[in-house]
Amino acid sequence: MVVVRRAALEIRREEDMVRVRRSVRQWADELGFGLVDQTKLVTAASELSRNALVHGGGGTVVFEALEDGPRRGLRLTFTDEGPGIPDVELALSDGYTTGSGLGFGLGGAKRLVNEFSIESRRGAGTRVVMTRWK
Amino acid sequence: MANGRLAQVLERHRAQLSSDWIREQTADGVLRDTRIDEAELRGQCDEFLALLVRATLEGGTNVSGPAFAPVRDMLERMARWRGERGFTPSQTALFVLSLKKPIFSRIRVDFEREPGALFQEIWRATELIDSLALLTTEAFQRGREAVIARQQAEMLELSTPVVKLWEGILALPLIGTLDSARTQTVMETLLQRVVETGSEIVIIDITGVPTVDTLVAQHLLKTVSAARLMGVECIISGVRPQIAQTIVHLGVALSDVITKANLADAFKLALSKRGMGIGARTGGV
Repeated sequence: MVVVRRAALEIRREEDMVRVRRSVRQWADELGFGLVDQTKLVTAASELSRNALVHGGGGTVVFEALEDGPRRGLRLTFTDEGPGIPDVELALSDGYTTGSGLGFGLGGAKRLVNEFSIESRRGAGTRVVMTRWK
Repeated sequence: MANGRLAQVLERHRAQLSSDWIREQTADGVLRDTRIDEAELRGQCDEFLALLVRATLEGGTNVSGPAFAPVRDMLERMARWRGERGFTPSQTALFVLSLKKPIFSRIRVDFEREPGALFQEIWRATELIDSLALLTTEAFQRGREAVIARQQAEMLELSTPVVKLWEGILALPLIGTLDSARTQTVMETLLQRVVETGSEIVIIDITGVPTVDTLVAQHLLKTVSAARLMGVECIISGVRPQIAQTIVHLGVALSDVITKANLADAFKLALSKRGMGIGARTGGV
């Protein structure tokens, strides 16, 4: 598997989320993803960048265009330096929320992509890596 | 004080400098459009020269010093004024930069017999004009940012129209990103209009919303619940295929809400709920 292209964006304010969504749509479009896949990626990225902003106090997202033989994919890595997630299993379950949201964001994002992993330690921030293949 | 010599040049030739400077600017094409007329330009130039003479007499060429405060204020106002009228950053900086040539000519005449002093004063004038031009560019940038902030606030108000489609039927076409600040405005406007018009059915059209994530879904559900508490039924229209598939994967339950793929279908449903309908006239035209 080769990383063909890489770029990063900061998530510090609400306006930055608009930029993240727009960039994801553009990258997905350039990689040849269809409208449904583009929308799924943009929606998942929207959930994760909001998590990084609201729960992590801001962070970064790294975009990577992947090539694996004939397959092409988009990998997004969201990193924040927030308080971390104490129980990842619980956070992934639907309807669970520590804020005032619906509690479907993290689990929903996982269902919208092909590969999904969370690394989080208390006090050491959170890192979410997700990939969608075409 | 050596600084004083440049100030004296400016003071002695003020009238001449002003007319040379205006000629420079009109030659550069600033006046070729209708954004500024000659009287306005003359006013700006005379005001600036008067302030500049006073500032250089008191404070030399230190543009960040207190003596230059009135000059900085004026440049700030001028840059904003030009920014609002659609001048480019270079056209705005040109106001100051085009003063260079007239000043150089005057210095050359005054210091013809002193080559050392000639060079020194020209250098001083260059430094002075360049720092003033930088100030102008910064002020221009600040003006632009203020305009953008104001436009964002205006968009918040503008982009939430509630339209009456029929007696008792309202439509709320949503366009763009539904961030929390906007959604609050949207919800307030909608509920207010419901009361004013005594409507029974509201169609919320999300054709113009590019992404429906869990927060957007939550905002929609809250709006629907609030309207329902007021005895109003909501229909969400504009649920495109890709949005529908994404919502299913997200796991958000929108099943309690009536949804339609487009506004026309939603309107038809709303009419039939009110015992009305649209059909071709029998007999034809």
